Amino acid sequence: MTRQQILDLYFLDARHQLIEIAAFLDRVERAEGKDDFRIKSFRAALAKLDGKKKNRAKNVLLTLSDLTTAPIAKATAKGATGAYPK
Amino acid sequence: MKYIEPHAHMVSRTTDDYERMALAGCEAVCEPAFWAGFDRSSVNGFNDYFSQLTEHEPKRAAKFGLKHFCWLCINSKEAEDVKLAEEVIALIPKFLGRENVLGIGEIGLNKNSRNELRVLEMQVELAAKFNQLILVHTPHLEDKLKGTRLILDVLKNDKRIQPGRVIIDHVEEHTVEMVLDCGMWAGMTLYPQTKCTPARAIDILETYGRENIWMNSACDWGVSDPLAVPKTALEMRKRGHGGSAIEKIIFQNPKKFLKQSKNFKLGS
Ligand SMILES: [Zn+2]
Repeated sequence: MTRQQILDLYFLDARHQLIEIAAFLDRVERAEGKDDFRIKSFRAALAKLDGKKKNRAKNVLLTLSDLTTAPIAKATAKGATGAYPK
Repeated sequence: MKYIEPHAHMVSRTTDDYERMALAGCEAVCEPAFWAGFDRSSVNGFNDYFSQLTEHEPKRAAKFGLKHFCWLCINSKEAEDVKLAEEVIALIPKFLGRENVLGIGEIGLNKNSRNELRVLEMQVELAAKFNQLILVHTPHLEDKLKGTRLILDVLKNDKRIQPGRVIIDHVEEHTVEMVLDCGMWAGMTLYPQTKCTPARAIDILETYGRENIWMNSACDWGVSDPLAVPKTALEMRKRGHGGSAIEKIIFQNPKKFLKQSKNFKLGS
């Protein structure tokens, strides 16, 4: 597909998601309290969208990943939080 | 359009879902054994579940002309209890002879713990011993990258395991390449929030090619869509993919992998 066709197909949806992210950041900052590791990772991931870098989706996922390599001693919970404290 | 749903947890779906899938062109549905949303209290719970997967569920599917196949294992969310896992693994061989069983799955990791890894190794051993296909669940969200690496290490270190007989499921942009590079198959799961959207799944196809890859809905008791595969096929059409390219991803590829099991037979 041409760039024009991709824009025709996805621009409005991406615009909507961009505004959702902007509003989410405003909402977090309006709320009292401190940042946690999730929002810190989120801000770090946002920086991966800048400029002409390629593989943005992959780099965002890597920023939100546990980059350690050794198995943990015991699984104490079943769920995932979506980010890893660094 | 005809398609195969290679990963769906139909025990937690309604009969209406079978009807909608059949209307959308589904010819076969494959159901890996998974976590019920709560921990079973004993091995007997698994015995009943495996009976449900091999006896009851194929009959439900057949009412809508759908073939039903399944995979057997203890899932990684219940693998912290190694004694229970040993009991469940001892139970599996008696079910392997049933005619809708495709292999061992969905085994894998959840939180990447030592016990999960031990139970994964035990189930890879089981698959090797009985020459079964393997379907692997990779962890969620922040745990996926590390878990995928650990899983690939286990599989690559066992020389009895042929990579082409293993499918690593729930790949995303940061894990798909390492899976395909070692000769294993990759599954993309179409979940609205936590895995791939249709648009991203198609991006992955366009970037990494159409070989050794499939798409599934992994519909279960959570927020998921049993029609995610045909909906993504529709999106592929919007993206300019032709009919044969679409059929390859949603029908021919899963058929090619699954027919490595002698039990995988489609209707006429
Ligand atoms: Zn599953």
